[in-house]
Amino acid sequence: MNRAIENRFAECRQKGEGALVVYITAGDPSLDALPDLLETLQSAGADLIEVGIPFSDPLADGPTIQAATQRALERGTTLPAVLERVAGCQSRIHIPMIIFTYFNPVQRYGLTRFAHDARQAGFSGCLMTDLPPDEADEWLQAAQAEDLSPIFLLAPTSTEARIDLVAQRGLGFVYCVSRTGVTGARHETPPDAKALVERVRPKTNLPIAVGFGISTPEQARQVCSFADGAVVGSQLVALLHEYKDQGNGLKKAHDYILSMKDATKGMEPSSKSL
Amino acid sequence: MTAYSQPDSRGYFGRFGGRFVPETLIPALDELTEAYATLKTSEEFQREWNYYSITYSGRPTPLYYAANLSAELGLQIYIKREDLCHTGAHKINNALGQALLAKRMNKKRIIAETGAGQHGVATATACALLKLQCEVYMGEEDMRRQSLNVFRMHLLGARVIPVSSGSKTLKDATSEAIRDWVTNVRDTHYIIGSCVGPHPYPTIVRDFQSVIGQEARGQMLSYENRLPDYVLASVGGGSNAIGIFHPFIDDESVRLVGVEAGGHGTQTEQHSATLSAGSFGVLHGSASFVLQDGDGQIKLTHSISAGLDYPGVGPEHAYLKESGRAEYAAVTDEEALAAFLWLTQAEGIIPALECAHVFAYLRKAAVQMPKNALVLINLSGRGDKDVTHVAQILTERAQAEPEESA
Repeated sequence: MNRAIENRFAECRQKGEGALVVYITAGDPSLDALPDLLETLQSAGADLIEVGIPFSDPLADGPTIQAATQRALERGTTLPAVLERVAGCQSRIHIPMIIFTYFNPVQRYGLTRFAHDARQAGFSGCLMTDLPPDEADEWLQAAQAEDLSPIFLLAPTSTEARIDLVAQRGLGFVYCVSRTGVTGARHETPPDAKALVERVRPKTNLPIAVGFGISTPEQARQVCSFADGAVVGSQLVALLHEYKDQGNGLKKAHDYILSMKDATKGMEPSSKSL
Repeated sequence: MTAYSQPDSRGYFGRFGGRFVPETLIPALDELTEAYATLKTSEEFQREWNYYSITYSGRPTPLYYAANLSAELGLQIYIKREDLCHTGAHKINNALGQALLAKRMNKKRIIAETGAGQHGVATATACALLKLQCEVYMGEEDMRRQSLNVFRMHLLGARVIPVSSGSKTLKDATSEAIRDWVTNVRDTHYIIGSCVGPHPYPTIVRDFQSVIGQEARGQMLSYENRLPDYVLASVGGGSNAIGIFHPFIDDESVRLVGVEAGGHGTQTEQHSATLSAGSFGVLHGSASFVLQDGDGQIKLTHSISAGLDYPGVGPEHAYLKESGRAEYAAVTDEEALAAFLWLTQAEGIIPALECAHVFAYLRKAAVQMPKNALVLINLSGRGDKDVTHVAQILTERAQAEPEESA
């Protein structure tokens, strides 16, 4: 069974680090730039990369990723094109990649075909924001057949029964949403995340990462003190867009991820029971 | 024959429906499902809802025999006058029902999306009545073409939040309302305006709107001593249509016809005829028919009528179409506009542009209907909100015509 994601978290833990999970929207700034961007994030210290498939109606995303999505679609980014591009850089990328998408493009592509092609392209896991585990019967079969880890989200509003369901159905890691709301950088530290992670921890052996609203090294450090990893997205997407015309977007991305990764280091490995 | 009993316990109408939303919302949907199940059978709640329906909304609405149309087309045409409801459309049925529900659930803040503005006005009205805080998401394009309703919402004390993403219409307003709900789910109830969205919304909206069909069925039996041959209604998201269809579903002799917005024609890219030209997909929380491209991206839509300008449709309509129980057709902007003028002059009733689509269909389909067929039409809203928009179109045409002929 594919355990690339779980293994990466375990390696981080052994080094006394939290895992840094990095989200990008495929096709923004461009699909041509994707291979170099993936490699830059890897060299800056990203432990896992989520490659976002742009969707016309991204319900769970805030303004930053909505805008990136819109730009990517306007440039003609499609799911098959992203899969092809990612498949082409398998020899350069050694960290696990996760395909991050909404359900409609996947159902349109065909669940089995999607799971197969995503796995062939080099993805280890898949996360669909609008496919809760109760609606995922068919998807779980398709993912299992292709050995692609289905990752599910939990939120501060999730009940014990729902935590059990994700623990039972998910693989890779459990994605804990730091607050009720959509994606997007925020200044304050996530108020609900710690309590959620503490509720999830006794119910699963999977690693737990916290995302939504994490943009600063300080937030990443805080999150990694109680979770196994932190997810960063909107802030990076904003940087890439802001500096794309000046030609130093990759440099900015590199420096930013480097600073975020640094913040995940020096954790107490014993403080968490995996 | 077994009685119609959709949806199942997971909110599926056949393969349509379900809950395709971020995890954050699932517990709120569970809470809503539970609260609604309790209140639906609560006599006290039903009494309260009936009280407001009768004394406040103006129910039951009349069933009007349209003698002039009937004579012109050789049919017997009855019009269910939902346009006479308080606030001018059937939307108040659902808005009031859900606002009462929210109040019972101790939610102090209400959000809604609106296209034509009728649902926004109805929600703002129910919130003014029940003293709830109200915020309405509306696409900028819709705010422009339905400015009267924007002003009405302001008067009623609601905040109207302009949505500038995508096509700046109902689809984008709905997405933005869902994002708000994800963020403020603990103290906020989202009053969806149509029979769309995640379970249990399509069922709740249908149940509150079914009062239309229940009344019409009883009125028809008492006036004509028989059931209609046809029931016609416009379909955007489909709430007025499901409301009048639902009580007739088990009456196999009754043909149910939904009329969609064909825009510039369903062969073009500019229409909103989801059931006529769409395919299986997931949008705004449920599986249904959607207008999408080959990659599963949702298409931009067009309709002269803001209330029909939507790339999705309620999952129950998708089921009724696929099962063959209901049929769906589309008429163009031009045909709807002509029917708007036709009904106004023939019967002295100015219809909402949404409903003008149904009359356009009737005008075309009449020749294929048996002589003196009994036709029931849901006139779900009045046209006051559209008068400025129509005047503008007619003025533009009047100015363009001399140039064209020159």
